Amino acid sequence: MKSEDFELFSTLVKQRSGLILTADKAYLLESRLFPVARKHNIKSLEDMAQVLRARREETLMFDITEAMTTNESFFFRDQKPFTLFQKTLLPKLLAARVDKKQIRIWSAAASSGQEAYSLAMVCVEEAVKLQDWRVEIIGTDISREMVNRAKSGIYSQFEVQRGLPVTHLVKYFQQISGDKWQIKDSIRQMVQFREGNLLTDFSAAGPFDIVLCRNVLIYFDLPTKAHVLGSIAGVMQPDGFLLLGGAETVLGISDKFKIVSGEHGLYVKAESSYEAVA
Amino acid sequence: MKTCLIVDDSRVIRKVARQILEALGFACDEAENGQAALDVSKAKLPDFVLLDWNMPVMNGLEYLNAMRKMPGGSKPVVVFCTTENDINHIQEALGSGANEYIMKPFDADIIRGKLEQLGLI
Repeated sequence: MKSEDFELFSTLVKQRSGLILTADKAYLLESRLFPVARKHNIKSLEDMAQVLRARREETLMFDITEAMTTNESFFFRDQKPFTLFQKTLLPKLLAARVDKKQIRIWSAAASSGQEAYSLAMVCVEEAVKLQDWRVEIIGTDISREMVNRAKSGIYSQFEVQRGLPVTHLVKYFQQISGDKWQIKDSIRQMVQFREGNLLTDFSAAGPFDIVLCRNVLIYFDLPTKAHVLGSIAGVMQPDGFLLLGGAETVLGISDKFKIVSGEHGLYVKAESSYEAVA
Repeated sequence: MKTCLIVDDSRVIRKVARQILEALGFACDEAENGQAALDVSKAKLPDFVLLDWNMPVMNGLEYLNAMRKMPGGSKPVVVFCTTENDINHIQEALGSGANEYIMKPFDADIIRGKLEQLGLI
């Protein structure tokens, strides 16, 4: 791919999604954009760049961004955040929200929905404690295709084996064909999925008690990370919790949050009085 | 070092599984059917068994039932790894004392994930 074409595609993707594509990702760009070119009856990526230069066609720009921002996900990814949610965060919120009996959770950049559904499964496991409580789990993703996949709750045999205990597969899924499994309605009804762009659109707006924004910031440059963290802080309860991915941090990026000592990946707002704060 | 017994009538599957499990730090032994696995288990019970279902001589479920009745037989962690991918087989396996279930085809990520869940790695 010509460097000026790579520049054109990567600038477009960054403007619309925040995703940074460095030159070493040229192979990824090519492999994901060929199907987009085919869909639009364009012969090559070079021709697609020409089309973009000639006319800023919205559907083409949408499809290019969509193709570059679909990332994989799996159930109970990294396991630890879900144990933390079940053993620490839920009990804290059950005590703190005893008057309202309401907990709101946001799975930001929800991809195909596995994170949000994993949280819902944990809530069902804790159903006795959550009786009479209203738990709202909202998943947002920039990709329409991913949001539709998440809403369907249908996963391949391969996907339901990554991270999901087989006892959960038996309990919370139904087999709809040989290698396709669908989350049962009782779990699907606990989660709402919507399109949402982390750079501009906080219409899923809070206030949220827990925000999970894991393995997303790693794809952004520093100013974009700071912007996104600031926006998340704006829709979080003062005593809410933020979960980031293992390779992500707020340190040196945003003063809106502070680290919770001993709990890797867990952050609270700067003004929070959470006692385990370093 | 934890020990693992790979039970499958396919030499290719045993070889692939061995590569994955050795990379995860297991000392591996192999058996090509349930009876051979039972003979190995009688000599020394492994920590972990990766178990095919359909095999000649003795199938995986028969091996599991026999092994669980042996002294100390409740201890090994057993993960079925089979082409049987319907919910009835999964439930039957769990009901017979399997700890986890993998539907073929599998890859290293799936095996590693299951072993992490089971606390073996």
